[in-house]
Amino acid sequence: VATAVVAGKAVRALARLRGGGSAFPGLVAERIAPGILSQALADVPRGIVVVSGTNGKTTTTKMLVALLRAHGRDVFTNPTGSNFTRGVLSEMLPHLPVSGRLAVDTVVVELDEAHAMRFIAEVPPTHSLLLNVARDQLDRFAEIDHTADLLARLGAASTEGVVANADDPFVARAAGEVGVPVRWFGLDESIADRLPELTEHDSRFDDALAAHEPGPGDARLRPRDERVFDIVFEDLVVGPVTLHQRGLAAMINATAAATTARMLLGDAFDAATAATALAEVRPPFGRGEVVEVEGQPLELVLVKNPAGFGVALNTYGSTPVATMIAINDNDADGRDVSWLYDVSFASLRERGVSFTSGIRAYDIALRLHYDDVATDRVVPDLDAALDAFVAAHPDEPKRVFCTYTAMMALRRTLAARYGLAHFGEEVRT
Amino acid sequence: VTSTTVLEPAGPSKGTLTLVHLYPREMSIYGDRGNTQALASRIRRHGYTAEVVLHDPGDELRTDAHLFMGGGGQDSGQARVEDDLEAIGPTLRSMAADGVPMLVICGMYQLFGNSFHTVTGQVLPGLGILDVTTHGNDKRMIGPVCIETEYGRVVGYENHSGSTVLGPGQRAFGTVLSGHGNNGEDATEGARSHHVIGTYLHGPLLPANPMVSDALIAPAAERATGRPFEPEVLADPLADEARGRQVRRLVGSRR
Repeated sequence: VATAVVAGKAVRALARLRGGGSAFPGLVAERIAPGILSQALADVPRGIVVVSGTNGKTTTTKMLVALLRAHGRDVFTNPTGSNFTRGVLSEMLPHLPVSGRLAVDTVVVELDEAHAMRFIAEVPPTHSLLLNVARDQLDRFAEIDHTADLLARLGAASTEGVVANADDPFVARAAGEVGVPVRWFGLDESIADRLPELTEHDSRFDDALAAHEPGPGDARLRPRDERVFDIVFEDLVVGPVTLHQRGLAAMINATAAATTARMLLGDAFDAATAATALAEVRPPFGRGEVVEVEGQPLELVLVKNPAGFGVALNTYGSTPVATMIAINDNDADGRDVSWLYDVSFASLRERGVSFTSGIRAYDIALRLHYDDVATDRVVPDLDAALDAFVAAHPDEPKRVFCTYTAMMALRRTLAARYGLAHFGEEVRT
Repeated sequence: VTSTTVLEPAGPSKGTLTLVHLYPREMSIYGDRGNTQALASRIRRHGYTAEVVLHDPGDELRTDAHLFMGGGGQDSGQARVEDDLEAIGPTLRSMAADGVPMLVICGMYQLFGNSFHTVTGQVLPGLGILDVTTHGNDKRMIGPVCIETEYGRVVGYENHSGSTVLGPGQRAFGTVLSGHGNNGEDATEGARSHHVIGTYLHGPLLPANPMVSDALIAPAAERATGRPFEPEVLADPLADEARGRQVRRLVGSRR
């Protein structure tokens, strides 16, 4: 194992010098010592949490880690958003003593459903947080029913507890069948009518769910207005909270994180500490991250599936700004771009879209055309489009909706030109 | 109650084409609503009125329809439409034989065939509108596709585990230039009989391939008006560029 750890560390250092490759060092370590992950996590005493689901993993994981750290926990996580088993291992390597055992008390990792299966095959998590099931990159997971089944298996593999989304029929069904205690999070009755903003509603019309009565340890999201909200437990309230990140989706993520933190911390959970910790969480890259460009804010918004794009358009629709949309179809983006036709772009109609870009720049312009949204210019080259976009709107805020690899490329360019924090690092405040 | 939307052309209407989207909620997993949107938009641009009907399970079938569209679904979606499809099947079959244009994608393409044989050996009968037979498969055929058709090169994306074989004499929709097609072996993609097109291509199919839309709209317009199709000359620069770029990516400049 020591050899694997050292080899992995060396590859990681090399990969950093080359400026990339977040999963490769993990692959090297795994090849040399196949059981390295389970061994590294063997002595973690106070919980191994897997966060999974289609949308909101990165944001929720970040919030959960912040909550646990604010309560004094020593937490390891995979903050780069490389939500793959090898990415977890790669991230772990610099923290790993040559003994191969990670010296932290709690581990929180975000894993997509497929990689969660590989993780649980090696390491049984104590807890899992099941966020939601929406159609995402079907070319990888094939079908939404299959995805739901993977989440159910993650819940069933958890040894101490499961936290589940009460408003998601797939998740509710998955969590309903586990043998360990389940805590539920969801929307307060008062805003139940806003559920469609968070879910891909039409595809599950007949999965109407019996209302889930909140019990001890369950939490409900109760917004006060568009920015301020409370997380309401039976016996205490976390709030009022104002997040850096806007929108209902971020609020429900915070509710999920608080529910999980409380399940892990038990009586040690403190509402005031939790509210402060949530308010301080910076948006992860590409999730409403704002870059100062020529004196004006430019916001990068990652889009990867119909539910997420719909939520993003709902979140920002009330404040129309200069807009660019960049769509790539590499493996990490999802190679199939059909899902763009399951998003309604009507909220962009009035202002129009300034630029489309990426490998599928013409396809997204064509899609927008069918929703009567005008596109000023189509420029497939991302850097050229970014430059022209910035130049065309010198005096106003800008927003770029982009798929994963388009975002990574744009972020690299923005970092080089405007001094953005490096990939995976916190934006300095 | 059946959901119906009427979309008028910009100028005077040359007639009304009724377009039925079969099971839009259960069988539209790959953006197939985009096909209906593309057809309706194009019908209007050609100067006709588009009446778009969303047919849900249990609805009365519009037997006066001029054009049908049905998409792909996952297994649970197919299970929910089975009974209704069995009920309207004979009517669809006679309308297809009578020349009503239909576009069926992926799951609905399989259901329009003779039968589907599951991995476990179960045989599920189809509507028999297209002479094709599909066998369930452990291997999924996934990826971008480019095919040669009588309408020119068509691009799309396939994602299916069923392996489909054409019956003797059954015409294919196209010949595979890049991708898997019906079964990954005989270079055929989809099937065509009368004015019915079955295919695995989504993307969705029609927005980037407007010539296929026109091939469906022409017979629909003739049925609706009793006159030959009177098309407008339409420019589709975005669709042409989107398609052209995919063709170049997938087959380059060869052939």
